[in-house]
Amino acid sequence: MIINHPLLGPRDASEFTYLGDASLIDRPDWQDENAAEAYYEYGYLRDNPAGEHQELWYHEAGDRSWLVVTRNTLTHEISKVEMARDVARARGRSK
Amino acid sequence: MTQTNRLDGGQIDRNTSLSFRFDGRNLTAHSGDTLASALLANDVRLIGRSFKYHRPRGLLTAGSEEPNGMVELRTGARKEPNTRATTIEMFDGLEAYSQNRWPSLKFDALAVNDMFSNFLSAGFYYKTFMWPAAFWEKLYEPIIRRAAGLGSLSMEADPDEYDKGFRHCDLLIIGAGPAGLMAALTAGRAGADVILADEDFALGGRLNSETFTVGDHSASDWATQAVAELSSMPNVCLMPRTTVIGAFDHGIYGAVERTGDHLATLPEGKPRQILWRIYTQKALLCAGATERPIAFENNDRPGIMMASALRTYANRFAVTASQRVAIFTNNDDGHRTAADLHAKGVRIAAVVDVREDAPSSYDYEVLKGAQVTNTKGRHGLSFVEVSLPDGSTRTLDCGALGVSGGWNPNVHLTCHQRGRPVWNEALAAFVPGGELPVGMSVAGAANGIMSTYGALQSGAEGAAKALDLTDALPDLPEAEDAPIAQTPFWYVQGCKRAWVDQQNDVTVKDVKLSYQEGFRSVEHLKRYTTLGMATDQGKTSNITGLAIMAEVAGKSIPEVGTTIFRPPYTPVPIATFAGRMKGQEFHPTRLTPSHFWAKERGAVFVEVGNWLRAQWFPQPGETHWRESVDREVRQTRASVGVCDCTTLGKIDVQGTDAAEFLNRIYANGFAKLAVGKTRYGLMLREDGMVMDDGTAARLAEDHFVVTTTTANAVSVYRHMEFVRQCLCPDMDVQLISTTEGWAQYAVAGPNARKLLQKIVDPEFDISNEAFPFMACGNVTVCGGLRARLFRISFSGELAYEIAVPSRYGDALMRRLMAEGEEFDVVPYGTEALGVMRVEKGHAAGSELNGTTTALNLGLGKMVSKKKDSIGSILSEREALVEPDGLRLVGIKPLEAENKITAGGHLMNADGPVDAAHDQGYVTSAVYSPILNSNIGLGLVKNGSERLGEKMRLVSPLTNLTVEVELVSAHFVDPEGERLRA
Repeated sequence: MIINHPLLGPRDASEFTYLGDASLIDRPDWQDENAAEAYYEYGYLRDNPAGEHQELWYHEAGDRSWLVVTRNTLTHEISKVEMARDVARARGRSK
Repeated sequence: MTQTNRLDGGQIDRNTSLSFRFDGRNLTAHSGDTLASALLANDVRLIGRSFKYHRPRGLLTAGSEEPNGMVELRTGARKEPNTRATTIEMFDGLEAYSQNRWPSLKFDALAVNDMFSNFLSAGFYYKTFMWPAAFWEKLYEPIIRRAAGLGSLSMEADPDEYDKGFRHCDLLIIGAGPAGLMAALTAGRAGADVILADEDFALGGRLNSETFTVGDHSASDWATQAVAELSSMPNVCLMPRTTVIGAFDHGIYGAVERTGDHLATLPEGKPRQILWRIYTQKALLCAGATERPIAFENNDRPGIMMASALRTYANRFAVTASQRVAIFTNNDDGHRTAADLHAKGVRIAAVVDVREDAPSSYDYEVLKGAQVTNTKGRHGLSFVEVSLPDGSTRTLDCGALGVSGGWNPNVHLTCHQRGRPVWNEALAAFVPGGELPVGMSVAGAANGIMSTYGALQSGAEGAAKALDLTDALPDLPEAEDAPIAQTPFWYVQGCKRAWVDQQNDVTVKDVKLSYQEGFRSVEHLKRYTTLGMATDQGKTSNITGLAIMAEVAGKSIPEVGTTIFRPPYTPVPIATFAGRMKGQEFHPTRLTPSHFWAKERGAVFVEVGNWLRAQWFPQPGETHWRESVDREVRQTRASVGVCDCTTLGKIDVQGTDAAEFLNRIYANGFAKLAVGKTRYGLMLREDGMVMDDGTAARLAEDHFVVTTTTANAVSVYRHMEFVRQCLCPDMDVQLISTTEGWAQYAVAGPNARKLLQKIVDPEFDISNEAFPFMACGNVTVCGGLRARLFRISFSGELAYEIAVPSRYGDALMRRLMAEGEEFDVVPYGTEALGVMRVEKGHAAGSELNGTTTALNLGLGKMVSKKKDSIGSILSEREALVEPDGLRLVGIKPLEAENKITAGGHLMNADGPVDAAHDQGYVTSAVYSPILNSNIGLGLVKNGSERLGEKMRLVSPLTNLTVEVELVSAHFVDPEGERLRA
């Protein structure tokens, strides 16, 4: 596979390490009264779609960027590649 | 007399005579031959014995689809089994041997299997499994394995080199027949970067096998001219002897180039084969088509071949399989073979055509509406029996029979992603269909366009379309453009032992039996009969098997479905996939800066990840590793020892939010850590399990140096970047790995300070008062060299770790040894390090095994509840905080000399020994020369409340039972007085 890195252009997938569902960005609030339940869902209940999937890839043999890659799990077509940091900010993460 | 079957003409070099050996016989050949054509030239028809029944077999084809003609190539360590004689390019001195026969090819004792064929039919393996299991394993399996073997391995390591490479292009053209060559000319002339790959050593495909003309030239001359023009283009890369084996994601193709297989000896340092990864914008599949056989009784005798193969041997290699040839066909293409062979002076016994309206010939007899019903001949074909439409039979005397059942497009690579071939009624064959790999299109016979002109045209058009060329297409030469209609004829009715898959010995009867026994889906048929599962992957047999299944099921072929093809297109040696990554080169070897110093000291090394670390340093006279390790421990605890700990991961953390960041990644707090102090850090995974541990030293308000274990250096850094970028993107914090930047040494023992005072420059006060336990700071050593000093201890002794820039590591180690002489300093390795940390009760890799929590390790209080840190919430899960959960304890045998075994389980002193009564297990075990006893660490249910309890340590696998006592994990200096001294 080839991942079109937003900063570095097309790179071979072998330069990357795969983590999984990009919902890992949405880490729950530790002080929430239902934190235990929320963390359980965060840690263990993931979608496994046959189709478009947002997932985290790490450019380990490159610039060490974490990327959010939108990939079709049926065809491996990659429709979007974003810096994970930008996605995290857009989803309201800060410090 | 040699080469009795050699004809005139052909594309071989008659001026070059090559000698080769087959089964020890000396034979001759010409440059341009394959092993197959050379064997036929020398009238060798019998090449091997079949897989199950050990029937005599010869060549079926002239290409890579060959199921039968497999030999062992070369000798000694370079021996390669199951190579197809049809693809082996001849060279002087080639040696090959027939396979699967004993004692000799002509007399094979196991040919007796053929008489018991009723017992070896479809599903034989599955049925045999019904017999008693004990018989199976000891008796049947070994016998069957020996009998039903293919070639044998040399059992020696392959001495040759294999390599890997990467290429890029605008257009990859797969196959250099008429379509491929025309596509390459079109794309090349337009200036595109083109790679043209073909598995053959001679580019041209079928053009080299036919007698018709292309433009004003013979087909092969036209091909030669096209190749010459392409060779002159700097933007075109020609890759003969290169098989494109797979179509992968995003336009990436795998290809194997056989750079050295055709050479008698490889040039020094050159690889035998190269595995290419080709990145393409577009690809055009021009893989041609494969002729399919017709099944009839005893259709597997040596001399019975594909009609197109006979034509290839005659026209390209100037060889006939016999001086008297018959043809069995259902289409006009079979007649071409008869005409070409006749023109070369070969006697045509007759053309047997199943069609009533078959074309006639003035040159030879055509038996219309006739079928071949049987064949005879012991080690090769002698004659065939033909049934005529009037019910009478004829016997034809012939040494070879060319069979043509039509052509199947080579759709294989179109299936490697999501493509599913579709049935074309007019061709009676599968053509590419469904979703092809990204960027791939198909031209020529591979796309069902069977005429030469059609191939040229579709090649040109395919290239133009793939590259969006707007110029007019090049003028196409005139060429044969016969319309093709194939009326299927799969097998002769009434036949029983008619082979469909010759390599796996699957007959028409087996396919029918599979249906009768309920294995009716294509995938079941394949596995039950092993049809198409041999090394040729059923290139000449799958469709026929499918057609027979369709007939007995009363369905159409597309209703029955098709199996799809997976990479690789043809077999690839494992060595080619390995490339240079073998033996010592399997992964990189990392050496620490003082490696060569350690080597001079005679260190024994151990692999830790990619690193080599000194395990111990034997002294003259020491005969057992324990002597060395015991000495290193005693001397360190008595005076001072030095250990290379460079391999620990070191991560530099900087920024105004650095302390807050460490608060997030570590379970314990870091915000209040003073500058100049170091703290042990416990890192959890989000699920609450311990991930890693290490230390974080605060060198400045906004600057920490974090260490990780050697094993987790990479994954911890990755995790920290995840937290930084994905969870707290606005924190002002930067990370960089400095593992390679610093050489680091532990200096431990009561005299550690005295030794370091001789090294550290005098303006730095490292007395206990000025530089107490857990202090850290920047210093200079040896007269101005910048260094970092940490007062941390893994051994439990008064200890420091000192780091200098990597290039000074070797010099520092040598200086420490020289200055330490007066203290009797000792270098110690990872074994002594392990002994001392167990004596001290420090958890390490064996305890941080991915299933343990902080609570398990006795570190539960470190997990802060007052801050947000990774893993703190899920570490509170009910099952993880049960009061009788596992706790870290020390384990001591009642008799000191009794060994503790890591991995052994602990049972109560009385009661049953079984999994239900398991109390825990041993994680680490060493001999302590300080306590003069074997000791260990372990995880025991409610262990911290059970100190003093006697238990049994058992290992049922090794019949071990040792009486032990649970003790505090801190065997040595439990109060920690030494490390604060």
